[in-house]
Amino acid sequence: MRFDVKITIALKEGMLDPEARAIQNALAHLGVPTLSLSTARQFSIGIDAMDREQAEATARAICERLLANPVIHRYDIEVA
Amino acid sequence: MRYAVIRFGGSNCDLDTVHVLDEVLGVPTDLVWYRDGLQREYDAVILPGGFSYGDYLRAGAIAARTPIMGDVLRHARKGGLVLGICNGAQIAAESGLVPGVFTRNEVPRFVCRPTWLRVESTESPFTSLFRRGEVIRVPVAHGEGRFVAPPDVVGRLNRERRVAFRYCDDEGRVTPEANPNGSVEGIAGVFGENRNVLVMMPHPERSSELVIGSEDGRRIFESMIAHCQNDIQRQV
Repeated sequence: MRFDVKITIALKEGMLDPEARAIQNALAHLGVPTLSLSTARQFSIGIDAMDREQAEATARAICERLLANPVIHRYDIEVA
Repeated sequence: MRYAVIRFGGSNCDLDTVHVLDEVLGVPTDLVWYRDGLQREYDAVILPGGFSYGDYLRAGAIAARTPIMGDVLRHARKGGLVLGICNGAQIAAESGLVPGVFTRNEVPRFVCRPTWLRVESTESPFTSLFRRGEVIRVPVAHGEGRFVAPPDVVGRLNRERRVAFRYCDDEGRVTPEANPNGSVEGIAGVFGENRNVLVMMPHPERSSELVIGSEDGRRIFESMIAHCQNDIQRQV
């Protein structure tokens, strides 16, 4: 059975995000000051699994084995 | 004695490293394509700089999961030397050879310039020919070189004297101004648990001949060679 999974990888709370800071500066130059800004990356993955739990387990394995680096990242999994 | 330099798709300091080892220092060195795996025993394996897999996902993340890294981990577990330089350091950190990660520079731009490094520990196969506290000149060239690790891990690295080099000024002071990427405590290079692995963002292969500005980096390779020669003598 096909499950469509959305995985979001973001920096852990308190981690320096130089890219976000640069974007925030650029927005300020455009005259749009912002109070906060953070970046994240989203992956849309189709997974073949018996059921929802199995799809989630596979998605967790994908995060832990490759997509996220546990030193700096947290991840969020959404199974459609 | 035989060394291997691993070439991934996107490595670009592989030939410079082979040149220094083979032509400057006279160590027979194989350039190994990553898909071929390590086909024989080597005294040292070098993961060179470059942009493996175009830095997709995170610098070093994808190369770290290629089968040849299994060979490199086995080589390291047996006590073989592993030197990861720049992208090689990122790959080694991603594969767990050292703790922590090298990520986006504090100021998000590519830094390419000479840096001063303070030698923090000479107790390793890579730094035995330096003096502790010696200040050396080795260039960096990276966009993702900021060393990040949780405070307890940094504490452990300090206690176990596993910080090899810190960025400093020309008098050996570790200051924020001398830190090119925002690395925690100015860390530029760290040893693995058994000190037979060194990963570092600066490029010793670009500072091994006076004609290109510095030969301070050469002593890292010379230390490795001296270590391997001692090993060979012990076996005889």
